[in-house]
Amino acid sequence: MAMAQKLQHNVTIKGTKDGLVLLLDDLCSFEQLVEELNDKLSDDHGQLLNGPLISVIVKTGNRYLTEQQSQLVREIIGQKQNLDIKRFESNVITVAEAEEMKREAQIIRVSKVVRSGQVLSVQGDLLLIGDVNPSGTIMATGNIFVMGSLKGIAHGGSSGNREAVIAASVMKPTQLRIADLISRAPDHYPEIGHEMECAFISDEENQILIDRISTVHRIRPNLNRL
Amino acid sequence: MGEAIVITSGKGGVGKTTTSANIGTSLALSGKKVCLVDTDIGLRNLDVLMGLENRIIYDLVDVVEERCKLHQALIKDKRFECLFLLPAAQTKDKSSVQPEQMKKIITELKQDYDYVIIDCPAGIEQGFKNAVAGADKSIVVTNPEISSVRDADRIIGLLEQEEVETPKLIVNRVRNHLAKSGDMLDVDEIVSILAIELIGVVVDDENVIKAANKGEPIAMNPDSRASIAYRNIARRILGESVPLTTIEEEKGFFSKIKTLLGMR
Repeated sequence: MAMAQKLQHNVTIKGTKDGLVLLLDDLCSFEQLVEELNDKLSDDHGQLLNGPLISVIVKTGNRYLTEQQSQLVREIIGQKQNLDIKRFESNVITVAEAEEMKREAQIIRVSKVVRSGQVLSVQGDLLLIGDVNPSGTIMATGNIFVMGSLKGIAHGGSSGNREAVIAASVMKPTQLRIADLISRAPDHYPEIGHEMECAFISDEENQILIDRISTVHRIRPNLNRL
Repeated sequence: MGEAIVITSGKGGVGKTTTSANIGTSLALSGKKVCLVDTDIGLRNLDVLMGLENRIIYDLVDVVEERCKLHQALIKDKRFECLFLLPAAQTKDKSSVQPEQMKKIITELKQDYDYVIIDCPAGIEQGFKNAVAGADKSIVVTNPEISSVRDADRIIGLLEQEEVETPKLIVNRVRNHLAKSGDMLDVDEIVSILAIELIGVVVDDENVIKAANKGEPIAMNPDSRASIAYRNIARRILGESVPLTTIEEEKGFFSKIKTLLGMR
């Protein structure tokens, strides 16, 4: 009886004005959690669990859910047609995930000339102090900043980040790529007007645009880390 | 203990072999003991430019496969006592030599010679790897053409990965009137792309072709502008500071040199 009594507190359902919050206790075993979650959701709670579409946030506290475990939780909650899981919230992540986040957020400084046939690929943002010569390639999962002339190929947001930008002191690339978009250079560069520019994906036109570097803070305010 | 300098370019036909022959000859003119090594196995040319083709008995591959001693394969130049040539084999291909074997030969040559000039084949494959294996320094030859500059850039990138000092640059076959009118890449532009130190600019001179056909390096002829350029490159290799000038000033530069020489 005492056991059953305790079980009742492992899953707490709270209502907020944005929807439901499912608080999953982080001290009990995962099996207990699954059992209780099934119980709670199959019990008839009136219109709370049967009414119109409600968004749900699952909070797991200090418990780390593996991929399979969160999938199982998703399936259990998904049995109720009107519950829509918005996200999982947890206080913990694995060391691997933390390191991945750190790598994605770092700025890699490189000082060299990237020559024809060379590929420089980094995770995170790339700050290249030097030139990229024709047929040279630089890639970054984040933004690319070239302090020098960019005459080769630059691929920003290479793992799919469409927010990435590519900036260069002298912007004369043969090709620019951001995420999955590619833009080719004009066949002839005009004599002027390619200094200190920045390339980004324009959401309205779904293509890569180049503008003066001073306009970037308006287009990509998230670049700031201050 | 001398030093080994590889002359390379990536692209074919820009004048690696001519440059090798003339730098070798110019260094020999200054009294240095020089050995030229042709590593273009299967397409050897250096012996022809030096006019030594008829003297070849053994070659590089014979040395590697131990059919002869290294000194037996060396051919003494007909003009200088201190200039020698190690010819490449014509009947084999680049894969008959491995980089380690090449390195061993070059190390052995460095014991006896002040300068070992290695003529590299075109391309970036086995032949290039062999040529670079034993080198301490490198010189990249390019023409004022976009394709040649592109290949030079690639080669410089590859040289950076080897145990070779940062290469020096020679811009070969510069034509004054084209560079002036802006129809050709000018030397400054090439240097700014390649971002390495310029060691010489050689003008396009038909005397080079004439001399080559006679088997006589142009550096032997003191009246040609190309010859003076090659001799200046040799002096820079020897550590003298010979000023580099832009093409427009070149005529003035030569007369300046003459007055300098006259003053001495």
